[in-house]
Amino acid sequence: MNDLTLIRKSLFRKKTRAILLILSIMTAFLIFGALASIDRVLNSSEELSRADRLVTVNKINFTQTLPYAYWGRVQGVDGVQAVTHASWFGGYFQDVRNFVQAFAVDMDSYLEVYPELEITADQRAALAERRDCVAVGADLAEQYDWNVGDRFPLSSNIWRQDNGSSAWDVEVCAIMTITGQDLPTNYLLLQYDYYNEALAFNRDQIGWMIMLTGDPGLNDGVSQRIDEMFANSPAETETTTEAAFSQAFVEQLGNIGLILSLVVSAAFATILMIVGTTMVMAINERTKEVGVMKTLGFSSSRIFTHVLSESVLLSLVGGLLGLGLAVLLLGGIAQVAGGQLPGLGVGRETWIQALGLMLAFGLVTGFVPALNAMRLKIVDALGKE
Amino acid sequence: MTDVLYELTDLSKKYTRGKESVAIFEDLTMTINRGDFIAIMGPSGSGKTTLLNLLGGIDKPSGGQVVCNGLRIDNLSQARLAKWRSSHVGFIFQFYNLMPTLTAAQNVELPLLLTKLSGKERKRRVQTALEVVKLAERAKHRPRQLSGGQQQRVAIARALVADPDVLLCDEPTGDLDRATADEILETLQLLNSELGKTIVMVTHDPAAAKYARRELHLDKGRFVESGAMA
Repeated sequence: MNDLTLIRKSLFRKKTRAILLILSIMTAFLIFGALASIDRVLNSSEELSRADRLVTVNKINFTQTLPYAYWGRVQGVDGVQAVTHASWFGGYFQDVRNFVQAFAVDMDSYLEVYPELEITADQRAALAERRDCVAVGADLAEQYDWNVGDRFPLSSNIWRQDNGSSAWDVEVCAIMTITGQDLPTNYLLLQYDYYNEALAFNRDQIGWMIMLTGDPGLNDGVSQRIDEMFANSPAETETTTEAAFSQAFVEQLGNIGLILSLVVSAAFATILMIVGTTMVMAINERTKEVGVMKTLGFSSSRIFTHVLSESVLLSLVGGLLGLGLAVLLLGGIAQVAGGQLPGLGVGRETWIQALGLMLAFGLVTGFVPALNAMRLKIVDALGKE
Repeated sequence: MTDVLYELTDLSKKYTRGKESVAIFEDLTMTINRGDFIAIMGPSGSGKTTLLNLLGGIDKPSGGQVVCNGLRIDNLSQARLAKWRSSHVGFIFQFYNLMPTLTAAQNVELPLLLTKLSGKERKRRVQTALEVVKLAERAKHRPRQLSGGQQQRVAIARALVADPDVLLCDEPTGDLDRATADEILETLQLLNSELGKTIVMVTHDPAAAKYARRELHLDKGRFVESGAMA
């Protein structure tokens, strides 16, 4: 027997109560894990944003396209180090429910503007050689079990080819990861030329442009120069930072971050109060036992540590179960969503945040009962003369 | 080594109830020798348990000194007192006060968690203590699976396992029938006569007091020694 045995035995002294408490905490962390992961997927592009990266879109709306020629003109703007463009493809694989987040891009300049995208040298060479080659994010590749060399028709629910088909035959030539980041790589890049030349309509248009300035201090000037350049043209532009663009994109779905914070905070506050009150009651019930332990020679500080550890253990057991359930639930949602939310899962950052919250939750709910137990006088506890 | 284990000098204890100060006893002076088995009797509220608490360092006197084994304990900090108690005193309570979630063996092992003994040595000591109280075969039972007398024997084993200088017993047979009480008292008597354990026992029961070597009657804050037995 050791102190951990004692802590564990005390925690499960009343099994029903302990199980109900664990279920409460589990529910809180299930909500946290699920919502944080969904938020993470929706905001992953925002997290990837660089302060010196700008995005130019059509001033009317970013769903409106821009002429391809703009790309060449922006390359000469003072302060622009590199510029690329991307177009929303609206892809799916085999069935319209198997959503694939795909962009048609100029591969060389795109990889220059997004240096964090890691592709091996030989895969990069393959992309340069063949126009039907696509680069697939590692998460997306895992989802559809795609490997380098696999060929498949990538369909679009927006675009159609001259020949009436809405599918572009592509081959996976590269699998992308993101350097040093725990972010989902849940999208596919196909080559603009290959996509554009077959289009039945809207040819020589691009969705948006992305620029590197190399210095956030240059952003305002560059934005102004680009937007002035295209002022009074049929397609006026609006240039913002990449972070603002990503945020605006996500906010189409509502303020997910705010909803997440409100739901999680409400769940946590409620459960914190329930668990905190129950812990105080549980320790009060054990007043005599605490007194006996002190009589035997257990110091007040050791008693304090025991009670606090009990509360932290409760929180960890409930929290880990909740997060484990979130993993299963998200796996299920990902399957049902059929690729609508690729990369969905409890990420490393969510695990770290949750573990921190579990510890904090345990310490907060256990502090008052631990303090009461520490201060308890043996004579009062034993209830004698 | 001197034969004197405890020296109480001018000991007083007062409680404050509202604005009133109530003296339990004043200027109490006594010694307890090593190997003694003392029964302290007296009417309710005479301060028997309070005296036991002062001997065990779980309460502090209002005045005077408590010296045990040459160490003055009445002015030790709570942390030092806790450490002192763990190695010098074994407590036995009226209602056994066992941990309901632990087995008999785990209850007995509890005080040994405060020592640096290895797990193997702890197990050996627990086994020995349970054999002394004739409960080795019930080592894995939880308190609710044991009778009152068996629970009290587990409590005795727990008090004994760290090999303390003194066993302080507060009405150890108060919750037991006569026959079981006699068994417990015989065990205490055996611990005193065979292992030389010093025992101080508070009791209301004159029959229980007869098992002690000395009976002390505490009345109105004064001791009246009423006799000794062989």
